[in-house]
Amino acid sequence: MKALILVGGYGTRLRPLTLSTPKPLVDFCNKPILLHQVEALAAAGVDHVILAVSYMSQVLEKEMKAQEQRLGIRISMSHEEEPLGTAGPLALARDLLSETADPFFVLNSDVICDFPFQAMVQFHRHHGQEGSILVTKVEEPSKYGVVVCEADTGRIHRFVEKPQVFVSNKINAGMYILSPAVLQRIQLQPTSIEKEVFPVMAKEGQLYAMELQGFWMDIGQPKDFLTGMCLFLQSLRQKQPERLCSGPGIVGNVLVDPSARIGQNCSIGPNVSLGPGVVVEDGVCIRRCTVLRDARIRSHSWLESCIVGWRCRVGQWVSLWTGLCGERGGRRAGEGQEKGGECARIPDRAYPLLEVRMENVTVLGEDVIVNDELYLNGASVLPHKSIGESVPEPRIIM
Amino acid sequence: MLKAVILIGGPQKGTRFRPLSFEVPKPLFPVAGVPMIQHHIEACAQVPGMQEILLIGFYQPDEPLTQFLEAAQQEFHLPVRYLQEFAPLGTGGGLYHFRDQILAGGPEAFFVLNADVCSDFPLSAMLEAHRHQRHPFLLLGTTANRTQSLNYGCMVENPQTHEVLHYVEKPSTFISDIINCGIYLFSPEALKPLRDVFQRNQQDGQLEDSPGLWPGAGTIRLEQDVFSALAGQGQIYVHLTDGIWSQIKSAGSALYASRLYLSRYQTTHPERLAKHTPGGPRIRGTHPAPIPNLRPPPRFLTLSPELKPQSLFGVFAPRASLLLLGNVYIHPTAKVAPSAVLGPNVSIGKGVTVGEGVRLRESIVLHGATLQEHTCVLHSIVGWGSTVGRWARVEGTPNDPNPNDPRARMDSESLFKDGKLLPAITILGCRVRIPAEVLILNSIVLPHKELSRSFTNQIIL
Repeated sequence: MKALILVGGYGTRLRPLTLSTPKPLVDFCNKPILLHQVEALAAAGVDHVILAVSYMSQVLEKEMKAQEQRLGIRISMSHEEEPLGTAGPLALARDLLSETADPFFVLNSDVICDFPFQAMVQFHRHHGQEGSILVTKVEEPSKYGVVVCEADTGRIHRFVEKPQVFVSNKINAGMYILSPAVLQRIQLQPTSIEKEVFPVMAKEGQLYAMELQGFWMDIGQPKDFLTGMCLFLQSLRQKQPERLCSGPGIVGNVLVDPSARIGQNCSIGPNVSLGPGVVVEDGVCIRRCTVLRDARIRSHSWLESCIVGWRCRVGQWVSLWTGLCGERGGRRAGEGQEKGGECARIPDRAYPLLEVRMENVTVLGEDVIVNDELYLNGASVLPHKSIGESVPEPRIIM
Repeated sequence: MLKAVILIGGPQKGTRFRPLSFEVPKPLFPVAGVPMIQHHIEACAQVPGMQEILLIGFYQPDEPLTQFLEAAQQEFHLPVRYLQEFAPLGTGGGLYHFRDQILAGGPEAFFVLNADVCSDFPLSAMLEAHRHQRHPFLLLGTTANRTQSLNYGCMVENPQTHEVLHYVEKPSTFISDIINCGIYLFSPEALKPLRDVFQRNQQDGQLEDSPGLWPGAGTIRLEQDVFSALAGQGQIYVHLTDGIWSQIKSAGSALYASRLYLSRYQTTHPERLAKHTPGGPRIRGTHPAPIPNLRPPPRFLTLSPELKPQSLFGVFAPRASLLLLGNVYIHPTAKVAPSAVLGPNVSIGKGVTVGEGVRLRESIVLHGATLQEHTCVLHSIVGWGSTVGRWARVEGTPNDPNPNDPRARMDSESLFKDGKLLPAITILGCRVRIPAEVLILNSIVLPHKELSRSFTNQIIL
């Protein structure tokens, strides 16, 4: 079977990380985002993965060549000269996809979940129509495109974009299986699959929805990236607990690369992932963070809900966290008019997974240095910057 | 024979010093490790011929004050007495009211010192100037820049004779860049003009009593009633100094005064400054360099070979010491962990506990407080018996005068501007409890409060 992964473009929402690396290669829980999907596809019997890309394709190509060898599958690149939307890339890769008559997967590259690819294949064969969409239940469906379908068969009646009243709580999870016949519906031009292709298929009764069990997250922006990390680690606790770390100072779900190093008297976790070569010195407290390869956190610092980029140097006694608000804006709904600010610097034990409402995640891009004794509240720092002054309110540091 | 009078005010005064003034009279608040007026008394005790030190104010003589007086007498072998005004009598009223006690024994002159100033007290120089040419009033003056002078008493000086030609307290337009330090040397003759003012105010005071606008009966305001009135009449003279000087009206200025005194200790009281001892806490003297200090780490920070790949949990604490010569005062009974890093400008009071890996800079930690492991306390005052939880960060914003300008002084120290709390020193009142891992920034926490979350830019009742 084949799979097309819509890698797309600049990954601007995941900046500043994606200024250094194409988004699919950003490590999520110590493995490139793309690899989570590709490995799951390979395990489900996919032998050919096509990446629809438009940016930094050479970097991606090089990395994927290595993976080809390792996984024993074929990985092709389909390069968009101009952005083709969410359906256009299928037309671009038409020749590759039509090599066989089998249905093929189409995935958004940003989604993470417990990929049920085998189950999807069976579901698709069972109803025998042109398309199957994975849907997932969410709490606030009106932020997304909502799917209305029959409860028992899963046959999709219609799509509603960002509905004003409650229509359904199931949304498109960004993973499909399509039969080659669908390719005839798509032309080689910027096209939206959700707006132009799926609604037609639904009307013709050709589209079916399968509900995803377990967690799901679109990790295309920092706050969701961290939330997704929490969900993934929780799932790991249930499925493969031996991969998680334990030991002195480790709290809750913590994933640590074997080459990372942790000092004494630390408190790491819950919900932390430390990448290869990361050094965490003595007396450091890290909660709900991703620390990427080769970063170094010096002693006595405190980090919460942050992403620390590759090779960063965070000084001693530094405080990094993600603020709810600064001095003026961002009051929680229903709270009184306080002249001062209220920071969501709440120990994660009180809000284990999702409940901390975040807006401005502190993200340190590649090779950022933060001097000793500073605090950063919601700072988004571009690569190679040195920070010599505290950042009291959410800001972009260029 | 000489005497000294220290004007210590009373509870209604010094509201800018709250909440610290709830626990202790402001004159007894520790600055650079010792009570504010101890610096005054020490300076007075060093003047040859000093016979007696009188404290005048309207505090009730409570425990702390009485104990302080006793201790001072013992240490300096001088009578130190407290004369309590029956009501607030203004900066000059107490002097007039207790004139008999001041003049008892026939002193040649007497110093008058405001309690809420920080200075190197050039009293001998003032005495010499006075003996050279005796006048009723000799004021110590220093310089400020034009805008800041408006916050103080301004004097116009005759550069040849050093007479004060004109005096205005807190003018609204620029008068002079010479300001009143609040440190004076008076002849016994000075009591005469005080008597005149007293009697005049008595008559006016028979009329409607409107507090705040007119002085009440028996009150004398030295600045307005005496200095302003008598300027230019050959009675008031000024002696200029360029030594350290600052007013202490707020917590921020107390911290600044602490810094001034601590740096002076290097010459006057080197035994009060903490020195680095092997195995003791590291004392840092200057701010970390603005250039990234994270060049390839010094040798002692790399891992020893046996800690390579296999073991995940290593040891990083550097053993060698960092910079010395920080200006840090540590009370002998305080317990400070060796991995703490202190300074510059840190005062640690009696019985304080400073845990492992604490960073303390530009701050005062008062008696019995506890800083748990890995906390970071910057530009703050931690109140008596308070506790700061692990990894918490307590930080204020300094409003210190420009260190590169010797004439720069503290600005007007109000808490609010345009209805918003100005960023200032963070103050934790007495017995405040700060939980672990929170941030307290630019805030004032009133006594006995237990916080449960972070706060920025707020007064927490």
